Amino acid sequence: MDTAYLIETIIKVVAILLIFSALAGIGTYFERKILAFMQRRLGPMYVGPYGLLQVAADGIKLFTKEDIIPTNVVGPIFRLAPVITAATAFMAAAAIPFFPQFTIFGYTVHPIVADINIGILYILGVMAVGLFGPLLGGMASANKFALLSAARTAAVFISYEVVSGLSILAPIMMVGSLSLIDFNNYQTGGISHWIIWTQPVAFVLFWISAFAETGRTPFHLIANDHEIIDGFGTEYSGMRWGLFFIGEYANMFFISFVIPLIFLGGYGDGSLLGALGLIGKVAFFFFFFLWTRAAWPDVRPDQLMWLCWKVLMPLAVINVVITALVMMF
Amino acid sequence: MFEAVAFYLFAFLTIAMFFIVVTTSQALFALSALAAGMIFISAFFFILGADFLGAVQIIVYTGAVMALYAFGMMFFDTTRDVKEKQGNKYIIVGLSTLAAVLVVVIFAMPMVSGNIVALYPGIDGVGNTQEIGLVLFTKYLIPFELAAIMLLVAMVAGIVLAGKKMDLSITLMNEAEIEEEKNKKVLS
Repeated sequence: MDTAYLIETIIKVVAILLIFSALAGIGTYFERKILAFMQRRLGPMYVGPYGLLQVAADGIKLFTKEDIIPTNVVGPIFRLAPVITAATAFMAAAAIPFFPQFTIFGYTVHPIVADINIGILYILGVMAVGLFGPLLGGMASANKFALLSAARTAAVFISYEVVSGLSILAPIMMVGSLSLIDFNNYQTGGISHWIIWTQPVAFVLFWISAFAETGRTPFHLIANDHEIIDGFGTEYSGMRWGLFFIGEYANMFFISFVIPLIFLGGYGDGSLLGALGLIGKVAFFFFFFLWTRAAWPDVRPDQLMWLCWKVLMPLAVINVVITALVMMF
Repeated sequence: MFEAVAFYLFAFLTIAMFFIVVTTSQALFALSALAAGMIFISAFFFILGADFLGAVQIIVYTGAVMALYAFGMMFFDTTRDVKEKQGNKYIIVGLSTLAAVLVVVIFAMPMVSGNIVALYPGIDGVGNTQEIGLVLFTKYLIPFELAAIMLLVAMVAGIVLAGKKMDLSITLMNEAEIEEEKNKKVLS
């Protein structure tokens, strides 16, 4: 292990951490603006031009707020929970190739922190660990609504893990590798080579379970807004609550990278156009998260279970079987 | 050098976590430490180059521990300490020490006699995911399938235990009895 590799890795880690923390902040701005436009409002307008500095104002507010640890909570676990959400979101980023490799000043840069050969499995696993954050936060804070929210988290976690795993199995069988770079290289031949055309069912299933894994709106019952409080985050204040937020938005961005990389050709042949195309696809998927929030109500917990075990999981299994049969003959 | 540092770090962390699991009387501490310990174990797989097993360790055990959390939620107020019923401490300590020593002896035996041979040495140019597949579907096919059947049995048993009206069998009832059952459902 030479020094250059070590320095390069550290630079990449720091860059990803800074860029996506900042993007999480800007993501909240986009979310407010897009929700506002869809509901015929203006959204944030007062702080800076078009409310752009609202992000900075929110940041200052979160950082300077008093960090309250209520009585009766299980202190260490209560403090640890937000860190788990944020940390696992960024750990998952280690196996995502954000761009094709490029050469700068004669030095080839691979914009992926660790090209392990089980990338997609690692990402799914670490993202799943991220749901320990809401679970522990809800269970440690001595609050009935937070506890209910934790129970819902466990339900979502245990069910949708199955769907995301099974739906991704069919593309993995086709590509024959678990590395996201191999997924990308499999689809370099242009739009007609994209896996979405051969695996439309897997694509839709994975997309749905991406909503569940990030806890976004149709499955936002992890932190049920209808109870007027913030579910697992009820007892949190200041930057600890902010860490939950950063984790959620970073997860949204990372899963928005993973879906195009697996199903929609990723960065293509590695040209500049392909890289820009990947950013475009990521932007679309991120926008779709917000669009769904504006357009759809939450599902009830029993509907969520029904959808997972009686619709999505059988579909995923049938999809795997059909793919296997087609590949065999 | 990095490997040695990583090994000792994760060895220490794993043992510390499992020590917390058995000594604490706070259910939430025990469960969280268990989850952390299970995830730290995956580090050893990564250090040994078995990436696939490492990722599987993370995925399987986070899900398993999550189910334990659900039980904890159902049976305890997890923000309070659990009052444990203390039996004879010496028997517990003696038995667990004996068991631990026994496990160490069993695993140390092949090392002492110095005849550790890889039955299925790694093939060059094949990823460890494929290697596991090869071994699993040739040498260990029958244990693998048996495990699958046992899991299926456990799943069916779980459904029967948890489902409503699983003691009734429509195939064994005649028409009149089935009608009666239907009417009961409407009334209740």
